[in-house]
Amino acid sequence: MLKKEGQIRIPSGCAISGFINRSGERISGDKIVKSISYMHDRSNGLGGGFAGYGIYPEYKDLYAFHVFYEDSAAREETERFLEEHFDIVNLSRIPTRKHKNIINEPLIWRYFLEPLPTKLAASQLEEKEFVAQSVININIKISGAYVFSSGKNMGVFKAVGFPEDVGEFYRLEDYAGYAWTAHGRYPTNTPGWWGGAHPFALLDYTIVHNGEISSYDANRRFVEMYGYKCTLLTDTEVITYIIDFLNRKHSLNFEDIAKIIAAPFWSKIDTLPAQEKEKLTLFRNMFSSLLITGPFSIILGFDGGIMALNDRLKLRSMVAAEKGDMVYIASEECAIRAICPEVDKIWSPKGGEPIIVTLNNGGGKRGN
Amino acid sequence: MKRVYVNEDWCLGCHLCEYYCSFANSGKSDMVKAFNGDKKTTPRIVIEEGDDINFAVQCRHCEEPLCAKGCIAGALTVTNGIVTIDSSRCVGCYTCVLSCPYGCIVTDHEKVVKKCDLCASKSGEPACVKGCPNAAIVFEERG
Amino acid sequence: MAINYFYPDYEVIRNEKKCIKCKACVRQCANEVHAYDEELDCLVSDDASCVDCQRCVSLCPTRALKIVETDNTFKKNANWPQAMITDAYRQAGTGGVLLSSMGNPQPYPVYWDKMLINASQVTNPSIDPLREPMETQTFLGKKPRTIKFDSEGNIVSETYPNLKLSIPIMFSAMSYGSISKNAHESLARAATELGIYYNTGEGGLHQDFYQYGANTIVQVASGRFGVHKKYLEAGAAIEIKMGQGAKPGIGGHLPGTKVGEDVSRTRMIPRGTDAISPAPHHDIYSIEDLRQLIFSLKEATDYKKPVIVKIAAVHNVAAIASGIARSGADIIAIDGYRGGTGAAPTRIRDNVGIPIELALASVDQRLRDEGIRNDVSVVVGGSVRNAGDIVKAIALGADAVYIGTAALLALGCHLCRSCHGAKCNWGIATQRPDLVKRLNPEIGYKRLVNLLHAWDHEVKEMMGGMGINSIESLRGNRLMLRGIGLTEKELDILGISHAGE
Repeated sequence: MLKKEGQIRIPSGCAISGFINRSGERISGDKIVKSISYMHDRSNGLGGGFAGYGIYPEYKDLYAFHVFYEDSAAREETERFLEEHFDIVNLSRIPTRKHKNIINEPLIWRYFLEPLPTKLAASQLEEKEFVAQSVININIKISGAYVFSSGKNMGVFKAVGFPEDVGEFYRLEDYAGYAWTAHGRYPTNTPGWWGGAHPFALLDYTIVHNGEISSYDANRRFVEMYGYKCTLLTDTEVITYIIDFLNRKHSLNFEDIAKIIAAPFWSKIDTLPAQEKEKLTLFRNMFSSLLITGPFSIILGFDGGIMALNDRLKLRSMVAAEKGDMVYIASEECAIRAICPEVDKIWSPKGGEPIIVTLNNGGGKRGN
Repeated sequence: MKRVYVNEDWCLGCHLCEYYCSFANSGKSDMVKAFNGDKKTTPRIVIEEGDDINFAVQCRHCEEPLCAKGCIAGALTVTNGIVTIDSSRCVGCYTCVLSCPYGCIVTDHEKVVKKCDLCASKSGEPACVKGCPNAAIVFEERG
Repeated sequence: MAINYFYPDYEVIRNEKKCIKCKACVRQCANEVHAYDEELDCLVSDDASCVDCQRCVSLCPTRALKIVETDNTFKKNANWPQAMITDAYRQAGTGGVLLSSMGNPQPYPVYWDKMLINASQVTNPSIDPLREPMETQTFLGKKPRTIKFDSEGNIVSETYPNLKLSIPIMFSAMSYGSISKNAHESLARAATELGIYYNTGEGGLHQDFYQYGANTIVQVASGRFGVHKKYLEAGAAIEIKMGQGAKPGIGGHLPGTKVGEDVSRTRMIPRGTDAISPAPHHDIYSIEDLRQLIFSLKEATDYKKPVIVKIAAVHNVAAIASGIARSGADIIAIDGYRGGTGAAPTRIRDNVGIPIELALASVDQRLRDEGIRNDVSVVVGGSVRNAGDIVKAIALGADAVYIGTAALLALGCHLCRSCHGAKCNWGIATQRPDLVKRLNPEIGYKRLVNLLHAWDHEVKEMMGGMGINSIESLRGNRLMLRGIGLTEKELDILGISHAGE
């Protein structure tokens, strides 16, 4: 039997796409579905997914958990856990439509949650850490349950299938968000497990990623020292944990995070002004195991913004474009032109140089 | 001009320079033949041995060489800074052998004298320099 | 002795046809194996004195010499190999402890040779180090746990002194005394040129070598030889030697014959006296004592230098390393049981300690399990033999490696394992002036630089093949390794999968 994600490391090639409206205007999910569909050949039907930001304004202060269950026993056990730790404000199945290409779907549930103040206080953890640990707990300890989205006012939708089919399956046209990212997966070896599709998410952070990082185990073994558990053995999972570690736990801003995970070469650092040189040298020294090498292009979604980043050699394609308040990022230009034929500006970002776009009114947690 | 210099700190007294020199001047293609035949070639470099110190001595290629000055046949000349012997003119009087203050002109089975020519006819470094196992003999320009 | 219980191990074979009687062999052999017999007009040899150091073979201009293992055989016995029988004869003759030098030569498993390295194919590209930057620079020392900036972007977190290495290789501790001054000079100059570090060992620092202090690790061992304030201040880092892979659990002994004028002054002991390092540090009988020494040394050097604690790889090395990491050490150096020595009791060298590969894997994992891996760097030695071993060591989790034997090989050592005889024909493990001068540091340092440049190139080629362009992405990246012919337990300890998995 084929081993699934978490039992074996599965490399995959991919397509990614994403956009954000700086002024916060909410855009229907069918746009992102259309964009990713133009890169059909970059996926092989073994995984597709989306992340939308600003999609749950009515519950914007609650944690939205999206959960896959293999059976109702897993659901009952998970709900017992959730009830113990959270106030469940709302729960429901996530609406889907039957789709001929999407089969073997698990039970897919959504919960809007608030940590129970008594439990939170007793844990002596910050609220986000409490939530993150709850997610990790469910995913590790409850067999057949998998929380695949856990942020506020955002959500991940993913499945085994081509991304355009996944978008239809989840009725993404019914959602609207200020930012969307999408992923089409080309794994070389997977039985097709829904949890293994991308984006990968923890709290508000989501990652869509195209590439196969060669630093994987160095990265994994480092973050696992700090309470993370890489259960899926995928690049996307470990990159998400790295971002969470640096942004949430070390309060570093996204510019600095880019300088750690796609660090400039020493030859470049040596030419920088003293203060910058000192900083980057310390980054590369203290976070040396968080340098990501090998090809990647990622779009990170976070509360109030997105960041796109290529590996420092730019071993994966990635283009960016602007039109008014909109910023688009995709593996290929066609995915941008498909939804915005006339752009103001289009360019190919250099390796290691992040594109960080945040909402004009602020939003998004910023480090230091 | 590049000359051969010896650093006695590193000279081990192994005498290999002498053998490489002889071989280089033997005209033989094989070292064993050069030494195990009847006619042995005398080395143009000689190791001076002491209790704690050894060093190799060969022609200094003096700017005003006494050997050339004393040569009755005009066989010794300075060519491009190298003191050179013209075997066809040497009459074997050995005046040069007597006059060289370093004892660097030698004789062997032939009548004519022999001396170091810095392996000028061969490419690269002199054989003694190449063969020294401890870089005690160097071929370099010094002021 | 009337009876020769054993035949010499090696025989000198001279090809009479090729011998030109230049007598280089006679002059070069400090063991006086070769002699010229005027009566016979030929060279003769005394096989019994030959240690197979290959000096004569290397210098013979006509390749007329070779040294071969004798084919004289005792009656075959799988339980009593010839060498073991011979050892018994030796000890029956002398009543003494057998001494040996260099690393454990016994046929224990070499785990480096049971691990294979990965390379990229199709799904991610390999990187050509000749066309793209390929970084092997690394830092050793404690890393800050948090990073904070003031409003102007200046770093305000506490940082710690680190060693910066241009390539993740250092020369391991070999004392002046156990090796010659010229060997030390070669190491010091090579380290300086390469941007790495050499290590004084426990013999102090010769006054001529203070100039290389920025690339020197000064060692403090149980005998405290040559330790004084200026010495501590001279180095870039201080290493406390708790143990050595070749002889865990015992101290050191430099015979008085090797303690000449210079060694005596450098070690600060009277000329001609034996330099005996006690087995333990007599001020360290437990982990809390180690902490006191670490902080004494830091105090003495104003907290400007990282402190390394070097231990031999023994059975509970992971727990010991964890204790050291929590005692204020900045770097832990672990020396495996195949590490070299200038002299060790044979039985200890051949039977005590564990392989560095397993020790490294356990220590790295243990420090990660405890969440303290970033508090300390891990350097391994004993024995790292080539660039492949280095890549594997770093992938298992080492920050850098120490090389000792390999460095001596670059200087001409032929691993005859006779260092304790003090008559090293290569001018390395000797203090006899006529032998010491055989190692010209001008040649020696260049050969060391060549060796490390070559290895650095090879490391980069292998990294590029894996699609990695910076050494830190290789460190602890055990997914890049697969075991071959290993048991489940061995794979489990190494933290790697089997080839084909």
